Amino acid sequence: MNARLTPLVLLAGLFALAALPALGFTLPGLFDGPLNSAGTLNLLALCFIFGALALSYDLVFGYAGLLSFGHALYFAAGVYVTAIGLVQWNLDLPRALGLTALVAFVLPLIVGAISLRTRDISFAMVTLAFAEAGSIFVLQNPWGATGGEEGLALGTATLPASLIGVANTRNLYWLALALLAFASAVGWWSVNSPPGRVWQAIRENERRVEVLGLNPYLYKLGAFVLSAFLASCAGAVYLLVQGGATPEVTTASFTLVLLVMVVLGGVGTLWGAVLGGVVYEYLNVRLVELSNAPVLQNLPPVLRVPLSEPLFILGTLFIVLVLFLPGGLAGAIRSLRRAGYRSQPATETP
Amino acid sequence: MSTILLLAITGLGLGALYFLVASGLSLIWGLMRVLNFAHGAFFTLAAYTGWMVAAALPSSAPWLVWLAAVVAAVVAGGAFAALTELILVRPLYRRPVGQVLVTVGLALATIALVQGSFGSDPRTFAIPDWMGRTTAIGGAAIPNTRLVTIGAAAATLAGLLAFLQRTRYGLIVRAGVENRDMVSALGIDVGRAFTLVFTIGGMAAGLAGILGATYYGSVDPGRGTAMLISAFIVVVIGGLGSIAGSAIAAILVGLLQQFLNFYAAAGVGDFAVVILLAVVLLVRPGGLLKLS
Repeated sequence: MNARLTPLVLLAGLFALAALPALGFTLPGLFDGPLNSAGTLNLLALCFIFGALALSYDLVFGYAGLLSFGHALYFAAGVYVTAIGLVQWNLDLPRALGLTALVAFVLPLIVGAISLRTRDISFAMVTLAFAEAGSIFVLQNPWGATGGEEGLALGTATLPASLIGVANTRNLYWLALALLAFASAVGWWSVNSPPGRVWQAIRENERRVEVLGLNPYLYKLGAFVLSAFLASCAGAVYLLVQGGATPEVTTASFTLVLLVMVVLGGVGTLWGAVLGGVVYEYLNVRLVELSNAPVLQNLPPVLRVPLSEPLFILGTLFIVLVLFLPGGLAGAIRSLRRAGYRSQPATETP
Repeated sequence: MSTILLLAITGLGLGALYFLVASGLSLIWGLMRVLNFAHGAFFTLAAYTGWMVAAALPSSAPWLVWLAAVVAAVVAGGAFAALTELILVRPLYRRPVGQVLVTVGLALATIALVQGSFGSDPRTFAIPDWMGRTTAIGGAAIPNTRLVTIGAAAATLAGLLAFLQRTRYGLIVRAGVENRDMVSALGIDVGRAFTLVFTIGGMAAGLAGILGATYYGSVDPGRGTAMLISAFIVVVIGGLGSIAGSAIAAILVGLLQQFLNFYAAAGVGDFAVVILLAVVLLVRPGGLLKLS
């Protein structure tokens, strides 16, 4: 693809996706019901959110090379701070989001400033520990704020009317699309900015960056905070789309799922991470629906049980991918394209 | 006084479970630099194997049934771990991140499979009557399951130390933890030591799985993951690669958790463990007993 054409193609794609709620045709097999049905729009909105979330994780893991096992904490912070603001403190939506933005900046700044004093596996463990602390906090339900295991449901009174009801699903869809566009723009801009180049240099050789007179700590902290902030934005939108907060998003397993998304798509490429997040969430939702399909119900239990567990299929798929396709989907597409280029001159020469 | 004793012994029992999971993790990390996320899956799979064996046997001789379940769990844990190393980890020796990712995938897939096959709710695990009773120690009524768990973990610790200190393979493993390249340069097949360490770790995790089922009186698909995270914390606090460090840290974590959860509030103990990990890593980045 021509480098000057790429932004145009992306913009056209964005407009096409934004116009989707106006289109009524069906894609049989891919989605149940027409494209503008509430169910399909909801599924796509979730896919966009996880695409943005995977992108945010790729910034810290794929670009800065920091293996954080606590990324779920920031997504959960976005979900829970917004929920507590709306439900417990009766704030209106803009104020709740403002509060979330503040927490989304301060929390990773503190956690990052402490955990980045360690490196490699110790860093992974400290971030895991902080995320675990967050998870315990949510489950213990202090002062009845987080709702414990039950979570928090957003009542209709807490939200503006335009975000409530099946008829307004398309507003949530646009919100999720805007989130993905925002995260992609910030991601693209940041990795191509001078600090973004330093992140990649740190990933390759941190000692060398130090010798060049730069302070890796500050750059790493910047990557950590930016990525966590984007994750919290995704969390706030997720809360609105789901209509409530559940403690699953705080768990260590959720961070592992994020890791799976990014590796599935391709570490160190933004569009690969987005693709990974979208494909993962799509499969996750669709495989649950598939497990209730009559075709599957008639199978013997030996086949039916594994096939009706989405996480089993995704986990197995992930293992196969790691073993045989180390670059993820992005790597596979890239090598296919390269193979295409190689064969092209042969066909074009007269 | 009796409350303190009860809490201390229960905390030790919890620490014993942590140690059994942590010891394998620590050895695997020390020798292979693989953070084995599938260790919780070994734990869960072994516990369910033991539970199935116990359910299939007649309940007329409860002790024999229990022992059979323990043996089955240990064998299943070891076999599953050995297969994991041979099939999934071995092809990725040159890609350390790939090894970690493969174990992540295996953990997710296995837990999902167990959940799909046996449901996500805990299943009752029958134990011999004696274990359901308590023993009076210094005025405190101690559940016998705690004593069994502590005894088994102490025996495993002694066995592991004897293996590492007294046998030829133990020597190779210790040398490999110190300097893997030097061991292979001396013409020793480190690959075989890798499989061995994985198998031993899997057996210890399997023992932890069935003892956990005994301790709680049930098997639960989510317990392996919870154990794995606690074990990670124990391993890092104790110092990666050090068995003695894991034992000390396991006791410390178990006691801290029990006492604070009882005297402060439920959850405070779990929270304190996490804080302890952060403090230890910031003050002594290598853990309590740092190697070399």
